[in-house]
Amino acid sequence: MALSRTAHIVTAYGEELDQLSDDLARMGGLVETQLEKSISAVVRRDASIKADIKAREVQVNALQVDIEKRVLRLFALRQPLATDLRMTISALKIATDLERIGDLAKNIAYRAGDLAGYAPMALTQQVERLGAIVIKQLSEVLDALSSADVEPAVRVWHSDDEVDERYNTLVREMLMSMTEDSGLVGPGVHILFVAKNLERIGDHATNIAEAVHFMVTASPLVEDGPH
Amino acid sequence: MTDTPLNTPADLPIKVTARKVTVSYSGKQALHDVSIDIPDRSVTAFIGPSGCGKSTFLRCLNRMNDTIDGAVVGGSLTIDGQEINDKTIDPVVLRASVGMVFQKPNPFPKSIYDNVAYGPRIHGLALTRPELDEIVENALRKAGLWDEVSDRLTHPGTGLSGGQQQRLVIARAIAVNPEVILMDEPCSALDPIATARIEELIDELRENYCIIIVTHSMQQAARVSQHTAFFHMGHLVEYGSTEDIFTNPRDTRTQDYITGRFG
Repeated sequence: MALSRTAHIVTAYGEELDQLSDDLARMGGLVETQLEKSISAVVRRDASIKADIKAREVQVNALQVDIEKRVLRLFALRQPLATDLRMTISALKIATDLERIGDLAKNIAYRAGDLAGYAPMALTQQVERLGAIVIKQLSEVLDALSSADVEPAVRVWHSDDEVDERYNTLVREMLMSMTEDSGLVGPGVHILFVAKNLERIGDHATNIAEAVHFMVTASPLVEDGPH
Repeated sequence: MTDTPLNTPADLPIKVTARKVTVSYSGKQALHDVSIDIPDRSVTAFIGPSGCGKSTFLRCLNRMNDTIDGAVVGGSLTIDGQEINDKTIDPVVLRASVGMVFQKPNPFPKSIYDNVAYGPRIHGLALTRPELDEIVENALRKAGLWDEVSDRLTHPGTGLSGGQQQRLVIARAIAVNPEVILMDEPCSALDPIATARIEELIDELRENYCIIIVTHSMQQAARVSQHTAFFHMGHLVEYGSTEDIFTNPRDTRTQDYITGRFG
């Protein structure tokens, strides 16, 4: 998150900001992997992923606590201003969204375990496609964060409409399938939850995009968009 | 730089107007073409590294540079539309309407009462003793010092604590009905509690005065001012609302200075 090319006069202060960036990048990386693995587990109806996802969640939560401590410390001891202020406050918000994404990814992994007991469903492909878009959103917004680049953040922000559209279509089709074949209600409900969780993750990616936009430009993203 | 001031606050009447103000000391230029509109009834902070010209510019506003040998002031500087460098302006009268508070409190070696009464006496603001008493009490009240000193007005001003002395000096400035109050690092010699009292006082005074404060404390500028001007190497680099300057400065030099990136 290089918002300024000049180093701080007080080296330790600069290092503390760097550590905050590093923590956030690590948290983002962990959550991204969590999400990829969870979606892949749903597609494969693989129950074995649970333990791995759980372990990652512990790491993600620990990082969030760590980031909150760092932010608190920076405010109390360094009183960051301008880009440093925006970066610090954005880090706090982004960490909260990442933690939520991690939590939702964990829910998805658990649903993969539930789906293992059922025959494969055709609509799983649509969940996979929705998942692919959301993974791309998350990955792009994390790139935007690490490169302090507004353009990909704005792109992610706009792509949320597509996620919502696909989610609504999926729900409609799933309801139709379940109406036609009541045997699909069991796995269908799990798929619906997975889709809902993916849609929520998309919303959190959008929040992160807004935070990155504010961090870089000091202005909110909401004003120049269609929402 | 052009002579159009940067980012003038639009919502308040303008008290002080500077156009292309330059100052040089013995041929060495200390201030380059400063153009700025400073609003009334608000606090404007001047920030910037040592030697950036902020105090030099502040001293222009009550012609303190007149007292320095070899100092040459150029450009136009008006208060309420009146050119203050005009030959017809008496600096002594000007300094009554443009009060100044310095880094170290400088009460006269006189009683608390006489410190405050000094200005009104020489400017003939009171005809009778009760009138003078009223002026002194009012000024001490406005400076938030009355309750602490009302029972010892005859005691020497120099016997007060640092923070009280600074408030006494502010009372002394207020007593002559100033239009503008200049403060040159008024809290740098004070502890945090005394500093908080002065900051609270500044916040109260801004309802009635145009206050301009030079401070090295970024946090203080952020706390007390509504507008902030950043000076660097004799230039006015950036001027805007304090909130904008501290959250989203436009110029890299402002950005680097307030985030602690250059010395």
